[in-house]
Amino acid sequence: MPLSKAQLLAWLGKLDAVYAAKKEYLTDLDAAIGDADHGINMNRGFGKVMEKLPPVADKDIGTILKTVGMTLMSSVGGASGPLYGTFWMKPGMLLGGKEELDAADFARFVEAGVDGILQRGRPERGDKTMYDVWAPVLEVVKARAAAGDDVAAIVDAALPVGEKALADTIPLQARKGRASYLGERSVGHQDPGATSSYYMLETLRDVLHA
Amino acid sequence: MKKLINAVENVVKEQLEGMALAHPELTVAFEPTFIRRADAPVAGKVALISGGGSGHEPMHGGFVGKGMLDGACPGEVFTSPTPDQMYACAKAVDGGAGVLFIVKNYTGDVMNFEAAAELVAADGIKVQNILIDDDVAVKDSLYTAGRRGVGTTVLAEKIVGAAAEAGYDLDACAALCRKVNQYGRSFGVALTSCTVPAAGKPTFDLGEGEVEMGIGIHGEPGTHRMPIGPVDALTAYAAGQIIDDPAYTRTVREWDGSGWAENTLTDAPFAKGDNVIAFVNSMGGTPLSELYAVYRKLDAVCKEKGLTIVRNLIGPYITSLEMQGFSITLLKADDEILKYWDAPVKTPGLVR
Repeated sequence: MPLSKAQLLAWLGKLDAVYAAKKEYLTDLDAAIGDADHGINMNRGFGKVMEKLPPVADKDIGTILKTVGMTLMSSVGGASGPLYGTFWMKPGMLLGGKEELDAADFARFVEAGVDGILQRGRPERGDKTMYDVWAPVLEVVKARAAAGDDVAAIVDAALPVGEKALADTIPLQARKGRASYLGERSVGHQDPGATSSYYMLETLRDVLHA
Repeated sequence: MKKLINAVENVVKEQLEGMALAHPELTVAFEPTFIRRADAPVAGKVALISGGGSGHEPMHGGFVGKGMLDGACPGEVFTSPTPDQMYACAKAVDGGAGVLFIVKNYTGDVMNFEAAAELVAADGIKVQNILIDDDVAVKDSLYTAGRRGVGTTVLAEKIVGAAAEAGYDLDACAALCRKVNQYGRSFGVALTSCTVPAAGKPTFDLGEGEVEMGIGIHGEPGTHRMPIGPVDALTAYAAGQIIDDPAYTRTVREWDGSGWAENTLTDAPFAKGDNVIAFVNSMGGTPLSELYAVYRKLDAVCKEKGLTIVRNLIGPYITSLEMQGFSITLLKADDEILKYWDAPVKTPGLVR
C-alpha cells in the first residue's frame, strides 16, 4: 500500500497533537543541555502548520510538503526551524504532482529530507543531533524499499532502529549546537532534536496502522 | 519574576511598538518582524542587516540608523529570528548595492541567516554573510559549534556601517567586517543570572558569593565558577584571557555569490605595541560606575602588556536582560578601523 494524501494529512495533524502533548517533555530535555525552548518551538511550528494546511489540502503532495517546510522554517526559530524546514521542503521540491507515495517515492522523501538536514546543519554521526536518528533510519528505509516492502513495512522496520538510535544519543558528547559548549556535561542526556525526530517516525507508524 | 511586562507572549511586540513611537526615524514592520531606517533603501549604499534573539538591547534594533545598520531582525527573547524576517528586511533596505548580513555565531542564527541568504540571492540581490565569533571563553572549534559572537558585534556594526555610508562596495564591506571580527576578542563575567520572561525563572542558579566566568549572552553557562573577588582581580582575569589568547583557527561558511564556500581563517594573537579600542560592556544590571572601575584596571593591564588603548566605549550595549556582569572586548585598531570608528553615527543606541 502506498502512503495516501489522506494519510499524509492525518500524519501532520497527529504530529501537531503529539508536539502539544510533548511540549514540556521536549523543553525539559532541552533545558538540560540547550536553551529550554525546543518543545515550545515545535508546538508553535506545528500549530502554524495546521493553520496553513487547509487551503493546500487538496493540492498535490509536493505542494503540501513545501507548505509544511516553509511554515516550519518561518515559525519554529532556533536551529530546529531551518533543519525541519529543509527536511520537509526538499522532498516537496522532488514530489510535485504526486497524489500518493509508493515505497520508492517514500524512500526519496526520506533521502531528500535527510539530505536537507545534512546541507543545512553539516552534522556527522555521533555529534548528538537529530541526524543520529535519521542516518540509520534512512539506511533501513532505502534497503527495505529496494527489497520491495510497502510503506507500512518499511516504517515498521525503521522504527526500532530509530528508537535504538535515539537511546544511543544519551551517552554521546555534543559537538554541534548550544549543547556543544557544555562539553562533557552534555553526556547522559537524550538529545531533544533526535527525540522530536523520532516522534515523526513513531507517529507515522501509528497513522499507517490506524 | 518582577518585570515591566503585560502578557509574556506580547513582550517583544509591545517593546518594538514603543520603540517605533519613540523613534520616527525608524520603521518597525510586523509579520514578519523587522526594524529599518525609515529612509531606507539608500540608493547605491550597501545595506547592513543584523539580527538575533531579543534581550540584548540596544543591540541590534537600537543600532539601526545613519552610520550603522539599515535593518535589524529581532527574534523572541534569546531565540533566533527566522529567514522570512531577514528576507523581507533585505528586500526593504537593498539600495541596489547589495546586502551584508552580520551574524553572531550561534547555531540557530547561523542556519536562519544562511537560509535567508539563499532566498535573497535567488531574488537577484547581492548578499554576503559574515560571522562574528570573538568569545575567547570557547577554546576549540573542533568539538564545539565554535566561538560565540559577542562584544565585537557592536564594534563591527559601527565600523562597517560607517564604511558603507562612505561608499564601500559590498566586497569591501565584507572584507572590513571579516577583519574587525578577526581583530576582536571578548570575555564575559556574570554576577547574577537573568530571567527569560517566557521561562519565568532564572536561567541558572548562582550563589551569593559566586561569579560565572566565560559566559555568553544568553545566560548559558560559562567555563567555570569561582568565589567573587575584587573588581581588579575579575578584570585582570578577563583581560588576561583576551590578551594572552593564542592564534585561533576555524572554518567558516561564506556565500560566494552562487553557493557556500568554506574558508579557513586564523586570528593572530595581540602583540606588544598594538593599538586597541577597549569596550567595557554591562550585561544589563551592572551600573556605569562599576564599569569605570573595570576600565581603571583594564587600562593598567593593557599598559603592562604593551597595548595602547586609543579609543573606548563604556556602557550597556550588548546585554543579557537584567543580568549583572560585564564583558570586555579588545579590538586591534589600524588606520582604517579608527577612521570609521570616529565617523559620525546617529542611532537610538549610539550617537556620535
